[in-house]
This record gives sequence, structure tokens and C-alpha cells, in this order.
Amino acid sequence: MSLLEIENLSLSIAGHPVLKDVDLQIAPGEVLGVVGESGSGKSMSALTVMQLLPELTRAQGRVTFDGIDILAAPEEAMCRLRGDDLGMVFQEPMTALNPVKTIGEQVAEGIRWHTGANRPDAEARARAILDRVGLPESKFPLSRFPHELSGGQRQRVVIAIACALKPKLLIADEPTTALDVVLQAQILDLLRDLVEENRMGLMLISHDLAVVADMADRVTVMRHGVVMESGPTATVLREQKHPYTRQLAEASTHVPARARPQEEAGKEEQTPLLSVSSVTRDYPGRRKGLFSKPEPFRAVDNVSFSLVPGHAVALVGRSGCGKSTLARMILALDRPTSGEIRLDGEALGGKSEHELRHARRNMQVVFQDPYGSFNPRHQVERLVAEPLHLLDTKPSVTERRERVAEALESVGLKASDMQKYPHEFSGGQRQRVSIARAIITRPKLIVADEPVSALDVSIRAQILDLFADLNQRLDLTYLFITHDLTVARAITDEVMVMHDGRIVESGPTAAVLENPESEAAKALVAAAPDLERAIAARLAREKA
Amino acid sequence: MLVYLLKRIAIGLATLLVASAVVFSVLEIIPGDPALLMLGMNAEPDTLAALREQMGLNQPVFLRYLDWVSGLAVGDFGTSYTYSSPVLELIGERVMVSLPLALISLFLSTVIALPVGIFAAARRGKPADTITMGAAQVGVAIPNFWFALLLIYLFAVWLRLVPAGGFPGWDAGIWAGLKALILPAIALALPQAAILARVTRSAMLEVLGEDYIRTARAKGMPRRIVLWHHALRNALIPVLTILGLQFAFLLAGTIIIENVFYLPGLGRLVFQAITQRDLIVVEGVVMLLVATVIIVNILVDIGYAIVDPRLRTRR
Repeated sequence: MSLLEIENLSLSIAGHPVLKDVDLQIAPGEVLGVVGESGSGKSMSALTVMQLLPELTRAQGRVTFDGIDILAAPEEAMCRLRGDDLGMVFQEPMTALNPVKTIGEQVAEGIRWHTGANRPDAEARARAILDRVGLPESKFPLSRFPHELSGGQRQRVVIAIACALKPKLLIADEPTTALDVVLQAQILDLLRDLVEENRMGLMLISHDLAVVADMADRVTVMRHGVVMESGPTATVLREQKHPYTRQLAEASTHVPARARPQEEAGKEEQTPLLSVSSVTRDYPGRRKGLFSKPEPFRAVDNVSFSLVPGHAVALVGRSGCGKSTLARMILALDRPTSGEIRLDGEALGGKSEHELRHARRNMQVVFQDPYGSFNPRHQVERLVAEPLHLLDTKPSVTERRERVAEALESVGLKASDMQKYPHEFSGGQRQRVSIARAIITRPKLIVADEPVSALDVSIRAQILDLFADLNQRLDLTYLFITHDLTVARAITDEVMVMHDGRIVESGPTAAVLENPESEAAKALVAAAPDLERAIAARLAREKA
Repeated sequence: MLVYLLKRIAIGLATLLVASAVVFSVLEIIPGDPALLMLGMNAEPDTLAALREQMGLNQPVFLRYLDWVSGLAVGDFGTSYTYSSPVLELIGERVMVSLPLALISLFLSTVIALPVGIFAAARRGKPADTITMGAAQVGVAIPNFWFALLLIYLFAVWLRLVPAGGFPGWDAGIWAGLKALILPAIALALPQAAILARVTRSAMLEVLGEDYIRTARAKGMPRRIVLWHHALRNALIPVLTILGLQFAFLLAGTIIIENVFYLPGLGRLVFQAITQRDLIVVEGVVMLLVATVIIVNILVDIGYAIVDPRLRTRR
């Protein structure tokens, strides 16, 4: 008998249809992967089960959990279910915990509420579950506050809250999307163990086919609020009968066509476009006592490398390894404590903003979150034209408009889009706008900080194609900063692995990813989800 | 935290010193001779000169400033020109009225505003929200003296529950004193409560949209508990900020209400002192208010740290 059964569920928010005739089942001890792009309705399905939907939502159909009709259950009955038999883990661990309450309070609260246990008993149980999710008392006493924990540790606390009372069903909505690959692998392992220990059902929502292939027994593919395909994971993902499943699978392993510039002759003699020599960055540490001197924290430790013009290089590493600090220094947004950075032979150190104009013209940046990097009250024309103030002569209005049109067209948008505002674009189009902004000064170097990690797989494939295309057409050099090895594999010629502020390994992308030598690189490669490998492993397990 | 507090106190003292210089020089610049005012327009030049000598008005400005500041440091605020009694004593008498008045109205405004703001936020967009916030809008708009007149008419003239004005002094008994202060306290508190309720509501609404509220709900906590246990404390930071500002206003910005109720408070003292060019009193009151604002700000910052643990470690 199914633990959760969703039949013909249709949902609308303020009159807008969100789900249409959705069917889902989860048996006890089963992992169901729900895959789909943003707007596919996978989170809304989960929130329907929890009855935590936004206001003005109307649901039709049947949702039965453990014999209870969820859609008809009154709020008090839902309060008894939530956090007891029904747990949920969310995507963003950094904001999922109340900042003013200790982790002990937050875990024990649900235990006390559901079991009526007194404070010491509830705290003892909270202690036990925190130990279980990998937060031992010696380092993580109950009195810790969320801000004293890293993202991965916070996600463990959220899992502890959801699993404290051994739920029959756990819903995990993109539980690892905000984490780096090594943390992702650890959290997925933890979830898998909890499923086995308690015969818990798990509804794992993800846009990442490889993660689902690795974890789920069965998979449901959704699009635009409709279930496209449903079945055993290995069958669905290997046979890819449904065209949309095939499209998703292809997009997630997409490698843009690109003539490799390193095959051109005479690259050895080329002078580097960017050279970073012995760069170190210290941050002031926290003062320990009244009179003790604070010890500095070394974010970047004696890093040297150079970029050949036309190359695409990936800088990969786990969160907190110093890659973003290094990128900020290359972009002259931060100054190295020691060492030197040269762009096109020009040293960036010790220059005023005015003197940096020439260098800034030649290097531009693309950020992860295109929406956050735009002023929502400005039209695209103004947003894209922004870097033009770096030119020595101010362009006339018509000249400016021409350059904006040209930039928009080269990223696949229309010149008429310049009259629009950022909210009128989809996520992928917004990332195109931010690329247009980056190329408008005709730079030589583009630094891209996780440029596709906020995008859906099919959009991601299109943006990677765009990067590859611009690389050749405009002779751009790229520095991709990412923790996602599939991005590195798809688009870069070389990869540098960063760990604890140092570059521990570098070389041609294929070579490093096939045969990683350093511990850090090995850990990254081993943890990275891989669709083919996961399907093969699943098939092997099914045969055995 | 201790280091931080000591630092804050040191900065506070430096601010006081700067404020003293500004206050002194501004009052020095504006026209008006206190000695002439005391003696009247027809004073004999000899008498005037003698009085100026006696009041120390003939000394160089800098020396008089030093004299005044060093007096402040040991608690000697000087002697009033018009009342001929020590400034500190004058201020002390008035503070005995103004401070309880400010505290009572701050208390009233908080106990009215917080539940109303939370109530409105919990029922966002519903009629209850619209009505309470509409009432708050009216509360902000109504001048407090007009409201004071209404209160006098209703409770003093019609129901005869409390006196219409005046202050019997605390010697007449605590109850008599409180009875004289309750109407002005309400008149002062309501507009403040209206502002505070709006701030509370918007702070709560912001917090209620946060991810951790959803986490708490997913834990099975009912809405009501989430509201009081998870949301309120996170919403308190902006509320504390407004409370700090309101206290400073309630202590000295109450001159209109003091006049309506004929209360001998700080506001009237400073108003009279200004019209009579009793500069030394004005200076003393202003310094007292500067010190109050500084102390309240430090208290508000300590309040922040109590509410939000992230603000404790950063210092």
C-alpha cells in the first residue's frame, strides 16, 4: 500500500493553473525523485502535501497520506502531522533556521510540541538526533546559534528538525542545490541512511538528473505542472522514451561545439593576457581577548598562474576555498595583501579608480544571480550601457544605442529589448542581458562567477553555447569560477583546483577530471554527480 | 561586549563635549542680553554694568565656556538668571514630572502598539488589518493637543474622573500625582502608538515571509505560536529603534501637552527660559537631553544584542 498517494491533483493560485492532473505515489522506504525545471510544479506538489501553500490557492483531486485525506484535513490535524509523520527539508539552508534561537531550541521545539515531553527529555532527544546527522556535542552543543554554522551544517540541523520524530515521509525540496558537490554528496548519503534506518519514504525534488539517478528508486518527470513520465529510475533515464526526458538528459550533459584554441600552433610564445604572481590576501581575524592581537585569516595563499588569450579556464573548488576572493582581486575590486596581478602587461596594484579605467574596460564580469545584479528600475538600455563610462570619450546617444543593440544581438536578444525592464525577462534571458553588459566594452577577459548555477538545465545548455560562441566570435578569454565540474568539463580548456587558498592542481580539463591527483581534486571528482555513472551503478545493483 | 560598552561610553562622553561647545556657542551668537532682560529696558547703565560684572558676562567667551563646562563635570549647572536658584534644582523639580510622564506614555504606547501591529500583520489584507491600520493612520494624523482636549472634555469635564490640569506634586500622594499625569500620558501615547503599530506590522510582515517561518510551520507549530515565538523577536529590531527615538521626544518634546494640561514639565521650563533669555537654564536642559539621547541609544544597542545573537559576536 502506498504511503502517499496523489491522484488527479490540480492546483491554481489566484486563478492561475499551477498543477494539472498530477499523479504521484510513494511507498514506505521508497525514494521518489521528482525532476523538472523551475515552474514545473514540483515544489507546489510538495507544499500541497504539507498544506503550506500560499494564500488564494485552490486544490482539487485527492491527496492521501497514511490513510488521511490531506486536502480535507483541518489545520489542527495538519499541525499534528507536520514535523511528526511528515517532515520537510528546504533548499536554502542559510535562511531556513531562525537566527535568534539556538539550534537546540529549534530541534527540541518540535519534539516538545508533538510528544509533550518536558524540556530535559526533549533536549536529550534533540541531542541524539543532532549526533545522528553528524553534529557531535563536542563541536556543536545545543547552545549554538545558526550563524555560527556553515551552510552544510545548517542543512544538517534542518534535517535533524525534520527527522527528529522519525517521520514516515520526508520531503526534500532541492536539499543540496545551494551546497558544493562534496557537501552535497555527504547530505545525500545522510538522507539515504535515514531512509534505510527508518523505512522512511523520501520525496526528493531536484532539477539535477544525476542526483536523482543516484538516489531515487522511481522518478517522476514534470513540466508546466503536468507529469510527463513516471517509472523506475533506471528504465526512465536509460530508455528516455519521453522526448522531454531525453531533452533534459541531453541538456544536463551538454557540451557546446567549440574549436579548441589550444590546438593552434605557436601558443607557447603567446604572452599571457592575465598573469597572477604570488598573490596573497589576508583578512583581519577575530580578536580573541581584550589585549591579544587578532590573528589574520589567509583567504588566498601565494597563488600564481597565467591565462593565454582565447583560452577558457575553470577555477574550481569548494565553498570557502578562496576562489571568489581571488576573482575579486583579479577584477581589482579588492587588493592583494602581497603579490602582483597584471592584465595585458599592465599591473593593477596601487592604481586609482581613474587609472584602472583602461584595465576595467578589458575585463568584465558575469555574476551568478542576474536579477540581483540589475537595478530593477532601469531599462535594459541603461543597464547594458553602464560599462561605457569606462571609455575615454563619452559616446553620443545614437552611438550608445547602436552599441547596446549590437551587444544585445550578439547574445541572441533583439535590439528592441533595450526598452524593457529586467523583470520582463526570464532567468536565461536575464543572464544573456548580463553577458551583453559584459561584452559591450569589447573586453578581452570575462570573469564568470558561477554563471549558470542558478539556471535550469536546458537554459544552462543554451547559455554555455552562447559562451562558447562568443569565445570564438569575439576572441574572449574566460575565467569560470564554479564548483560544478560539469560546467568545467563542458566549456573549459584548462582547470585549476583551489583548496584552502592555494591552487593545488592544474592542467588540461579532461586530464585533471579523468585522473585527479591531489586530494582536493579527487574529492571533487568523486562527489560530482554523473548521470551515466549513476545509471550504470543502478543497473548493476538491480542485476545483483 | 564589555570592551564595546566602554568604547560606547567613551564615545558618548566625547559627543557630550562637542554638544556642549555647540550649545554654548549657538546661544552666545543669538542676540539678547540676559542682564538687560533681568533689569528691564529702563535700567541705569551703572546697575547694568554691575550686574553684568556679577553674572560674569564681561569675561571672554572662552573663559565663560570653560567655567560652565567644568561646572557641568562636577554637577554644578550654574544659577538661573530669572529664578535665582540653582539650575540643577530647577531641572530636578521638572524631571520629577516629565520623566514619569514620558515613561507612562512610552509604556502605554508599547502595550497598545505591539499587539495591534502583530494582530494586523497576522491578518494581512483582511478587514481587521485594514480597519486597525486605518485607525493607526488617523492616530498619526490627529494633533495630540486636539486629542488632549477631547480627553479633558470626556474624562475631566463630563465624567469628572481626573483633574483637567495642573500637577499637585508628588507630596500630595502617588495616586494624586498619577491621576494628574494619566490624561496627558494617553494624549502623548496614542499618536506614538499609531506610529509604532505601523512599524511593528511592517516588520512582522517582513519576518513572516522568511524561510525560517516556513521551517517552523513544517515542524508542526501552529500559526499563533510561530507568530509569538519565532516572528516577534526577529521583528523587534526596528521596533526598538523607534522606541528609542520616541523616548527622547516624550521627555522634552511635550511642551504643547504640558501647556494644555498646565503641567510644570521640562518642556515649559525650557520654553520660558528661552523667552526670558535665561541662557544658563536652556543650556542645562539641552545638555541633559543630549545625555539622555546618548544613554537611550546605548540602551537600544544593548537591546539589539539581547534580541539578536548575531549582533553579540560581531563586537
